[in-house]
Amino acid sequence: MRSFFSCLFVAFFLLGPSAFSQVNGAELDARAREIGQSLRCVVCQNQSIDESDAPLAQDMRKLVKKRLIAGDSNADVIAFMRETYGDYVLLKPPVQRNTYPLWGLPFLILIVGLTWFFISGSKKRSQTTDKEETSIK
Amino acid sequence: MIAEIGHFCLIAALFTAIAQCMIPLYGAANNKSDFMSFGDYAARVQFYLLIACFTALTYSFLSSDFSVKLAASHSHSLKPLIYKISGVWGNHEGSILLWMVMLGLYGFLFSVFSKRLPPVLRARTLAIQGLLGVGFISFILFTSNPFERIFPAPIDGNGLNPLLQDPGLAIHPPLLYMGYVGYSLAFSMAVAALISGKIDRDWARALKPWSLLSWSFLTLGIAMGSLWAYYELGWGGWWMWDPVENVSFMPWLIGTALLHSILVMERKQNLAHWTVLLAITAFSLSLVGTFVVRSGVLVSVHAFAVDPERGVYILALLLLSTGGALGLYALRSKTLVRRAEFDRLSREGGLVLNNLLLATATATVFLGTFYPLIMDAFTGDKISVGAPYFDLTFAPIMSVLIVFMGAAPLLKWQGDSLKTLKRFAIISLIGAVIIITFAAMFGNSVLGGLGLTLAAYLAYGAIKAFLKRRPIGQLARPAKYNLYAFFTAHLGMAVLTAGAVIMSVWADDTIGRIKPNETLNVAGYSFTLNSIKTGQNQNYGFRRGEVSVKKRGKLVDTLQTEQRFYPVRDMITTEAGFHFAPFSTVFAALGEGNPEDGYIVRANYHPAVTWIWLGALLMALAGFLSLLGLRTPSHKEVASS
Amino acid sequence: MRGLIPLIVFGVIAIALAIGLTNDPRRMEDMLIDQPFPEFSLPTLYEPETQHSKSDIQNQVSLINVFGSWCVTCIVEHPVLMNIAETETVRLIGHNWRDERDKAITWLARQGNPYDSIIFDPDSTLAISLGVTAAPETFITDKQGRIRYKHSGDITEKDWETVLKPLIESLQAE
Repeated sequence: MRSFFSCLFVAFFLLGPSAFSQVNGAELDARAREIGQSLRCVVCQNQSIDESDAPLAQDMRKLVKKRLIAGDSNADVIAFMRETYGDYVLLKPPVQRNTYPLWGLPFLILIVGLTWFFISGSKKRSQTTDKEETSIK
Repeated sequence: MIAEIGHFCLIAALFTAIAQCMIPLYGAANNKSDFMSFGDYAARVQFYLLIACFTALTYSFLSSDFSVKLAASHSHSLKPLIYKISGVWGNHEGSILLWMVMLGLYGFLFSVFSKRLPPVLRARTLAIQGLLGVGFISFILFTSNPFERIFPAPIDGNGLNPLLQDPGLAIHPPLLYMGYVGYSLAFSMAVAALISGKIDRDWARALKPWSLLSWSFLTLGIAMGSLWAYYELGWGGWWMWDPVENVSFMPWLIGTALLHSILVMERKQNLAHWTVLLAITAFSLSLVGTFVVRSGVLVSVHAFAVDPERGVYILALLLLSTGGALGLYALRSKTLVRRAEFDRLSREGGLVLNNLLLATATATVFLGTFYPLIMDAFTGDKISVGAPYFDLTFAPIMSVLIVFMGAAPLLKWQGDSLKTLKRFAIISLIGAVIIITFAAMFGNSVLGGLGLTLAAYLAYGAIKAFLKRRPIGQLARPAKYNLYAFFTAHLGMAVLTAGAVIMSVWADDTIGRIKPNETLNVAGYSFTLNSIKTGQNQNYGFRRGEVSVKKRGKLVDTLQTEQRFYPVRDMITTEAGFHFAPFSTVFAALGEGNPEDGYIVRANYHPAVTWIWLGALLMALAGFLSLLGLRTPSHKEVASS
Repeated sequence: MRGLIPLIVFGVIAIALAIGLTNDPRRMEDMLIDQPFPEFSLPTLYEPETQHSKSDIQNQVSLINVFGSWCVTCIVEHPVLMNIAETETVRLIGHNWRDERDKAITWLARQGNPYDSIIFDPDSTLAISLGVTAAPETFITDKQGRIRYKHSGDITEKDWETVLKPLIESLQAE
């Protein structure tokens, strides 16, 4: 348990804003968090590494930061993570061949549905002889 | 001994359910009223047996009878009373039993409160309800028997997962199940009507109270779950788009569509096919939810004990019930009335559109939740679908829905002209320009302005539609419950939308390592760590930080936040300290640290987050109001006109 | 015919769910198979001044084993590694992950040290480049320093005899 705490400590110490005194420290922090929010914590799963307290997530946050300091762009960092953990690490699935249905279907259903609605719904008054409505039911 | 009585009652309930299924079905087929009315007795007996069963299990937990395996592995003699009780359903076996009790409860309620329905429909509905009971009771008996004994009995129990030691567990699952399981009745009524081959407005009217009841409870259950996750998990998410959340959300979306399609059916006798399918789907999605949570096919932040074998059983239940119902639908499809003609520009058109968009939204959530599973099954590729996906797909669809949702209630049933909406549209546009300008200038977010516009527009539409039917001069006169229900529900949706938009655009947080008397600043608030104490409680050790929150030098609140360590389960949990307020909630969460280097503190500013649950609460309230309306005589007059 | 559509849609979904039930959602994809071992520069466990790098992996078939003194399954796996070390069929490289130096050294003193050399990686630098999610995990690299195999979880005697050993022998013959 102690080692767990000390790992936590090391991770957070390096993460803490005080550790970075560059002028653009705040901007870098913001970028690191933005990247962190888009990467999945691979051990805890279904949490981003920004949210997770898992040790590996903390190390991943640290690495993100280190790479940003070294001059990587946000896309570089994400590409690096993707190389080792695969598409799985991306919380926002990339638009590519195997995800076309995922990204396309919602909008396809929406468009088909709306088209059906505007074609099939008649402009004509319907034939039923309902009385003038007085209340919403 | 008590546990054996419970076990016996469960077996007796199984046989009752079998009889409840067979005898009324036979009676309905041969028009024998004695056989048909048997369903009533059976439903009641089954419910009493299940209650006895549940009481027996609760007794085992309360008396800390650790020779019952379930109590041994999920309870502890030193646990506070409320967690001994809620611990009964804080595990797989107990929660499925609770599920089953709810199923019995709905059968019971149906037999008591639907006396005026045609006897054949009644008998068949209760029979199908009995059939579902057979499936689930045998599931419990064969795969998850809560009354199993353990020998020798341990001295003390294992305790309950610390995350579950919370009042949230006492309230959330029963509410959620009241919702989920309520759709079993919608399902049974749909199948019963399909057997008869007659689906008309009387059927829709009979379905209405049950779908209202389930929907209202489901709304409460989901809202409660969201609130619970928000304060218990401690990182400030009110909705994570996690599979377990999504599977509870899908029946809600379909249930909402069902409520609206029933309105069309009872009025226009239209959408019969669609309404039947929605009733079947709502319950099927509840089953899918159970399948996902219990089988572990999807990984979730919400930890449950998972077991693929149980997954197989639930999948089989799903195949038989949904597959059977849809098969029956395929057979009957031709004989049902199909009258798809409607006027686009009418209340009916609006409700059709509502259904269309809600179905699309459901399909999107379904796709996002199950796509990784489907892709893994067919190609072996692994992907994740997280919140960013839903922000880009679900949110636009809901926005379109809100655009129509604001205007449709202003239209007349039998068709209307665009002129009706002219003034409404102009005022809305002017409002939009003002709100978006303000949001862009003072909040740096055009998107936020757009979202707020939608919320304001929706509220405006609801108010206008309300006043149209009840002009200001007549406000004192009591209106029909339905009108209030409509107004409350749509207003609730507006409040929820506003809260969600404000939260996603203007929430702010910061993490820092600070020592006592040092300060973190976020969104104009200063969070000062006053002191750190460590200590030992009954079943956990803790480090408690006291954080005072000030705004412009004025003290807002002093928050207590803890890191707890539970040795029994080797688990660390964070208890964040909250200050809930109507406009700006703030909270602090203590992380790791030591006296030399300071402690990690997470300071959060969450504007309007409370609106989200307030909005949901309003919607649930609307459901109950509408339910009340069904019992007032004035409604019957209108209904028969 | 139109009446059959819902049933068909449901059928497809049910089949996917059924197949999904047979898969383990936690199993991760092995991204790095046939990829060169990632570049790294990390100290060895026993001598903080000596740096390990990718060149130490090349030229010889190697078995890289991710472990830590905090890892319970590693204790279960350890005797197997000790046996492998005795056979001397392959170069054994330890990847000490997320650990403290003293603890790892004490742990190895008690359990025995099967490794020819040990990379000390307290901050997951190499672990993340390797896509490690849990310990123990084992990689096998060929003479060119490419990763050829990944084993998640502990290696049992059976895994060694039936999978790893034959693979290593064929890689050595390449």
